[in-house]
Amino acid sequence: MANEILEDQIGGEYKYGFVTDIEADNAPKGLNEDIIRFISKKKNEPEWMLEYRLKAFRYWLTLEEPRWAHVSYTKPNFQDIIYYSAPKPKVQLNSLDEVDPELLKTFEKLGISIEEQKRLSGVESRIAVDIVMDSVSVKTTFKETLSEKGIIFCSFGEAVQEHPELIKKYMGSVVPYTDNFYAALNSAVFTDGSFCYIPKGVRCPMELSTYFRINASGTGQFERTLIIADEGGYVSYLEGCTAPMRDENQLHAAVVEIVTHKNAEVKYSTVQNWYPGDKEGKGGIFNFVTKRGICLEDNSKISWTQVETGSAVTWKYPSVILKGDNSVGEFYSVAVTNNYQQADTGTKMMHLGKNTRSTIISKGISAGFSNNSYRGLVRIAKGASNARNFSQCDSLLMGDKCGAHTFPYIEIKDKSAVVEHEATTSKIGEDQLFYCKQRGIDNEKAIGLIVNGYCKEVLNKLPMEFAVEAQKLLAVSLEGSVG
Amino acid sequence: MLSIKNLHASIGGKEILKGIYLEVKAGEVHAIMGPNGSGKSTLSAVLAGREDYEVTEGSITFNGKNLLELSPEDRAREGIFLAFQYPIEIPGVSNVNFLKTALNEIRAYKGLEPMEAKDFLARLKEKQKLVELDGKLANRSVNEGFSGGEKKRNEIFQMAMLDPCLAILDETDSGLDIDALRIVAGGVNKLKSKDNATIVITHYQRLLDYIVPDVVHVLFNGKIVKSGPKELALELEEKGYDFIKEEVGA
Ligand SMILES: Nc1ncnc2c1ncn2[C@@H]1O[C@H](COP(=O)(O)OP(=O)(O)OP(=O)(O)O)[C@@H](O)[C@H]1O
Ligand SMILES: [Mg+2]
Repeated sequence: MANEILEDQIGGEYKYGFVTDIEADNAPKGLNEDIIRFISKKKNEPEWMLEYRLKAFRYWLTLEEPRWAHVSYTKPNFQDIIYYSAPKPKVQLNSLDEVDPELLKTFEKLGISIEEQKRLSGVESRIAVDIVMDSVSVKTTFKETLSEKGIIFCSFGEAVQEHPELIKKYMGSVVPYTDNFYAALNSAVFTDGSFCYIPKGVRCPMELSTYFRINASGTGQFERTLIIADEGGYVSYLEGCTAPMRDENQLHAAVVEIVTHKNAEVKYSTVQNWYPGDKEGKGGIFNFVTKRGICLEDNSKISWTQVETGSAVTWKYPSVILKGDNSVGEFYSVAVTNNYQQADTGTKMMHLGKNTRSTIISKGISAGFSNNSYRGLVRIAKGASNARNFSQCDSLLMGDKCGAHTFPYIEIKDKSAVVEHEATTSKIGEDQLFYCKQRGIDNEKAIGLIVNGYCKEVLNKLPMEFAVEAQKLLAVSLEGSVG
Repeated sequence: MLSIKNLHASIGGKEILKGIYLEVKAGEVHAIMGPNGSGKSTLSAVLAGREDYEVTEGSITFNGKNLLELSPEDRAREGIFLAFQYPIEIPGVSNVNFLKTALNEIRAYKGLEPMEAKDFLARLKEKQKLVELDGKLANRSVNEGFSGGEKKRNEIFQMAMLDPCLAILDETDSGLDIDALRIVAGGVNKLKSKDNATIVITHYQRLLDYIVPDVVHVLFNGKIVKSGPKELALELEEKGYDFIKEEVGA
């Protein structure tokens, strides 16, 4: 998404366009054991993997869709989804005129050059973004450079083939398939995703990134990401997401698991820009994601940073289980909702080890007719002595037809815990906008400035190029929402 | 430079400005005085283009352009600067970043390239010195947590940075301590040139001791009811507004 990131990922033989007609190699619609066998066979999986999927599927059948989130939507028809779709290259577009003009407008706003727009739109031949498109991981770059350090960075499917011992050991160890409805579904039908292993004592020399894209219509995307940092390892991992505009809702139900061993650290950053639906609330992605990390051993650290601007409905709580003593969990989040978007997002910090610390900074921005909820749980278990948590949840309202809600849950079982919670709600003022305009700054730039100021603490946590992109994205998402 | 003719403006259906006439030429300083609620801030807001006010009658010409047709940001880019009576806080946006954005927007409007970083920094330093603004304030979020006086000083600092053609100072003196008043007024005087003009809105003669006006106007109930030389301010200070009320038969 960011120019730089894209550039890194361009090069190679991938010839698929952005929203272009891609003839896909699809599974038939619907979900049953045969479909799961089909997916597993397509991916040439070993028997144990198939067994895992089937167990998850059978368990999923016993579950009801969760209803506790502060969102309302028409329940997806799980028999009306294509669970496997592998894009095949087809004809290329010949000029930018054939590309969805809305998409081009967005590119322009993001400051992506015409040349790059062409590549992105599939007009020119090469777009090898490191992406998981629909169901299949398309390309993983820099694999060789990384493997010199012993770092494994590959598609999930490849890891199942090449590193079965790691997959068997860690997959489902943080998010078991019994965890929740969508985690069970994902475990049954996941098609691809990314895998990353940082060996003992290795600091990953570059940011690793995955770019997810849903392309084919009627498909769901169920990717899995598994990141393991062994003793003393470090990695900063980026995830970007987009989807084309379609009238119907599409389902995205991913699972991300992170494991850190002794003294290891993982930073996971997301800029989520799934298609949010149109101004009337038609279409858009249902984003039901389970993300969780475990600080398995002492002195390890996991931090989640997310900028969420897309999706029609978001249901997402990147969490950390602080098991090792002195481990640290962080959650920095900006969630923007506009028009008819709904987001119910937050985090869970589960303190089990001694002297564990967690920080939660959540910035919600609601505009239009949208609803934005923060839902957070801080749990301090008995024996987690001297645990500390600091939470700050701010909401910014733009206009008076949107809603912001905060649901903080705190469970403290150890008397030595120190837990602080702060919350504010403010409105973006006509006064602030007028003040900016009076200094020569137009409405759009003024909103960008004000909103970026409000989100500064979170944006500062993003890697540089991602932060720049996120800033632009915030401005684009909120365009036309005030004044 | 500025020509206001028969200006009527209302808010929420209530008429506040009831036929204002005002001519300001380049190089001049005009003072506007008048009792609370007479419409001074309204006039400055209408000049700056605040959309809440509806202009129902009259015209404003600024450097030959019909000001009423311009958006607030374009008015600013044309060189109108309003030092707010109540400056606004913008959390998380540093003063420096705010000013850089503003300055470059104004430059872009004039077809100029963004200012080079080192030139910008030099200008920042110079203007900071001019109004003796604490360096720390420049790096803090715009007006956030500033004291009342610091906010006012920051307005003049911004004015110095943006170098406007017409500056409107709405009660910039209120909230300033005696030393600050002298410093801020000194800054305004140094920024004065034959090409720019200043409208000073104030309740007190003491500011006019420092910023000496060419003309003093009395705004009363939405109209300029009296204009005169700087001595008029002294007379007002002495007698209050009652004699004006009598004069205009209100
Ligand atoms: N939104 C509004 N709705 C109704 N009346 C308003 C509104 N805004 C301002 N007014 C009225 O307009 C009148 C003029 O206000 P304005 O702020 O221009 O006065 P002023 O001359 O600047 O006063 P002061 O010396 O106290 O600053 C006041 O009576 C005020 O109550
Ligand atoms: Mg006033």
